[in-house]
Amino acid sequence: MSSEKILITKDLTIKFGGLTAVSGLNLDISKGEIIGLIGPNGAGKTTCFNIITGVYKPTSGNILFHNQDITGLRPDLITKLGIARTFQNIRLFNSMTVLENVMISKHVRLNANLLEAVLHLPRYTNAHRQHLEECMELLEQVGLADVAHEKGTSLPYGKQRRLEIARALATQPTLLLLDEPAAGMNPQETLELMDFIKKIRELYGLTILLIEHHMEVVMGICERITVLDYGITIAQGTPAEVQANQQVIKAYLGTVEDDA
Amino acid sequence: MVAAYVAFFGIAIFALPWWLSFLIAIIVTTVLGVLIERTAYRPLRDAPRISALISAIGVSYLLENLGIVVLGARPRPFPRPENLVWNIKVGNISFLSLAVIIPIITILLLIAVTLFVNRTKVGIAMRALSRDFETASLMAVDVNKVISATFAVGSALAAVGGIMWGMQYPQIDPLMGVFPGLKCFIAAVMGGIGSVPGAMLGGFILGMGEVMIVGFMPELSGYRDAFAFVVLILILLFKPGGLLGENVVEKV
Amino acid sequence: MENKRQNTILTIIALLFCTLLIYLGDNNLSRFQLRILNLSAIYVILGLSMNLVIGFTGMFSLGHAGFMCVGAYTAAILTMSPAAKELIYYMVPIHPLLANIQWGVIPAALAGGIVAAIFGVLVGFPALRLRDDYLAIATLGFAEIIRIVVTNTTSITNGSLGLKDIPSVKSLWVYWGFAILTILILRAIINSSWGYAFKAIRDNEIAAEAMGINILKHKLLSFTIGAFFAGLSGALMAYLITSIDPTMFRFTFTFQILLIVVLGGMGSITGSIVAGVLVTVAMEWLRFVEQDMNFFGFVIPGISGMRMVIFSILLLLVVLFYRQGLLGTKEFSWNFFLKLASKRSKQKEVS
Ligand SMILES: Nc1ncnc2c1ncn2[C@@H]1O[C@H](COP(=O)(O)OP(=O)(O)O)[C@@H](O)[C@H]1O
Ligand SMILES: [Mg+2]
Repeated sequence: MSSEKILITKDLTIKFGGLTAVSGLNLDISKGEIIGLIGPNGAGKTTCFNIITGVYKPTSGNILFHNQDITGLRPDLITKLGIARTFQNIRLFNSMTVLENVMISKHVRLNANLLEAVLHLPRYTNAHRQHLEECMELLEQVGLADVAHEKGTSLPYGKQRRLEIARALATQPTLLLLDEPAAGMNPQETLELMDFIKKIRELYGLTILLIEHHMEVVMGICERITVLDYGITIAQGTPAEVQANQQVIKAYLGTVEDDA
Repeated sequence: MVAAYVAFFGIAIFALPWWLSFLIAIIVTTVLGVLIERTAYRPLRDAPRISALISAIGVSYLLENLGIVVLGARPRPFPRPENLVWNIKVGNISFLSLAVIIPIITILLLIAVTLFVNRTKVGIAMRALSRDFETASLMAVDVNKVISATFAVGSALAAVGGIMWGMQYPQIDPLMGVFPGLKCFIAAVMGGIGSVPGAMLGGFILGMGEVMIVGFMPELSGYRDAFAFVVLILILLFKPGGLLGENVVEKV
Repeated sequence: MENKRQNTILTIIALLFCTLLIYLGDNNLSRFQLRILNLSAIYVILGLSMNLVIGFTGMFSLGHAGFMCVGAYTAAILTMSPAAKELIYYMVPIHPLLANIQWGVIPAALAGGIVAAIFGVLVGFPALRLRDDYLAIATLGFAEIIRIVVTNTTSITNGSLGLKDIPSVKSLWVYWGFAILTILILRAIINSSWGYAFKAIRDNEIAAEAMGINILKHKLLSFTIGAFFAGLSGALMAYLITSIDPTMFRFTFTFQILLIVVLGGMGSITGSIVAGVLVTVAMEWLRFVEQDMNFFGFVIPGISGMRMVIFSILLLLVVLFYRQGLLGTKEFSWNFFLKLASKRSKQKEVS
């Protein structure tokens, strides 16, 4: 039951000019897992997310999501299929309130046309009201209800990251990709975040792929870890296995100081 | 346009020797280019891209209309210096010396620009800036200086272009720069932004294409100015990096 | 809810008040005043439609004059009498299919908008994959191509000779009627889920796409709506000045509309309305600098081009020093208005 495959990547490779940013990546993620993706800066982690979500087209290789080949599909279609993500460099809609940021995800689920919206016909207003309620409930669950009507970009950093996660959750994904969600957080916030990630996994039945530099987060909540260095997969396994791997230690020793 | 006019006044009104007029024209244009960068673009460097574009449109519109106000909208003949323009006869074909001089100058400039961009420190810094603005500014590139230098070189080249244009079609008017300006952008995009030989190739194809349309399909000559835009749109759709440029994927 | 109902009532009262104003204006104003007011209405529609594209959706498109051109020609050809057509198309006779059509001004204006919208789809489909300066040049290029095509399809458009004797419309009802409808429709769009999708694309295209929004489809929608209203205003322009030719629809038009959008505030409907009227009035008022003036017997020659110099400087000043424009992204709202009014009256009571 727990071995139902959600995401499989086969030999995923991408080249930018002369640079091979990701080379032959093989991932194999089962339903309900939390998988870590780690590696020094520039290792190609964010690029993996960009390929999986359709932002970049891979040079070669395939991506299967629920056994469907999604390689090269447009990002919005991939989101509709059930993959949501957050961004390493926060990308909120800067003119919008917290609630509006989350409501954007509901636009594609609207079962009404523009004419009905302009004329305020019931099919639009009802759907809109229902989406508002759903989003408020979601904000309640992630602890952002009290700031629902504040500008998203005016929130403190930690809450902005949380809003990015809320926004991703509003698209009703089955697979969630988190890109350095703890970046810039203090230890207290980081602890809260770990609990939060575990909580949303239970609540929404999610599978999570996580990029993170904070080792206590990765080692604390990930069941399996993939380590990249210069685009190449240098280790895959449980946290304990990865920590003991000689190549991983070598890759990190050279660079770990500058992101500490 | 500015260059052509300054040169025009140099020769026609102040009766300066042509080489001095051209030199002054190039210098005036260069200084103007740098001044415009300082006042109209630099303050907007961190602003949304749209603001900078609007500012650019404002500046070019201002220059053109200022030209109309100060100089009048009537085209004026551009004086051709005697020692530069003469008839050449080869067998029974005769043509203007300009037909030789302009390509030579163009090729010389092309070589100079290529060397400048690839070999000098400022040129390399320019390329770094266009590739990755943030990283380059972190690496102790003096952004302001480099951008000023870019505008200086660009304006000087535009000045040379304007003067050559004036000599070729011996007539100038304040709006003369509008269509060539757009077409230059198109040529650069066609060839691939950031590629000097690409811009040359783009310019060549555009010019040849226009002439051929007029030459071989005279019934379409009304559509001559549309040619450049049609080509641009085709290129952007099928080879967005340009003919000689590489396809750059926007970093996310 | 209480508040909402109150606002609806206030809006209806305001609309009735506008109706009264239009009625009074139509009967009491001079021809010159009417003309300026009608021109303002056209520029308000233009400003709003460009603001939808540039200010709300973040697409730097400069093709407005082209769409106006399409709308103006469509409306003109559809409304001119067969007799007038026979007279005017003396170089090349008009295409027989069009020779005997004569529609009313209102349906023809809507048709102008629809044909422009069709052009919008055709132009937008390839061009909207581009962004920023590339999009600006491509749309500018399309506008030029439209103009060139209009100049060269003589059997339909009468080519460079242009069209004359287009039925003249002078009533405020038509121009401001369309302007008010445009305001109401665009406001409803902006405040709907689609409006938020447009703003999401403007704010952060990558994030919007990650939220499942089909970028090209929504950009095309916004662009086409913009083209529709540009075409509509082109049609109204044709009725106002009754003669058109391809050279009218140069970049200068687009530039003036851009000034309205920037001055009013990119992303503010209210701003475009205010700036639309202001710029139109200023444009007419500044005509004097381009005309010969007679001061006590001295003739000061007019300087042509001066208006555009002033407008370019104004545009530069606004982008450089006051980037949010008159209203930024703020909108008129009854709540704000009422608060302001009650503050005023309190101040009065105190003094
Ligand atoms: N669009 C792009 N064009 C060129 N190079 C890119 C692009 N995106 C990423 N890269 C390069 O790929 C490498 C991996 O980057 P990234 O995936 O962001 O690393 P990280 O593991 O820190 O998230 C880096 O060298 C980066 O410069
Ligand atoms: Mg990264």
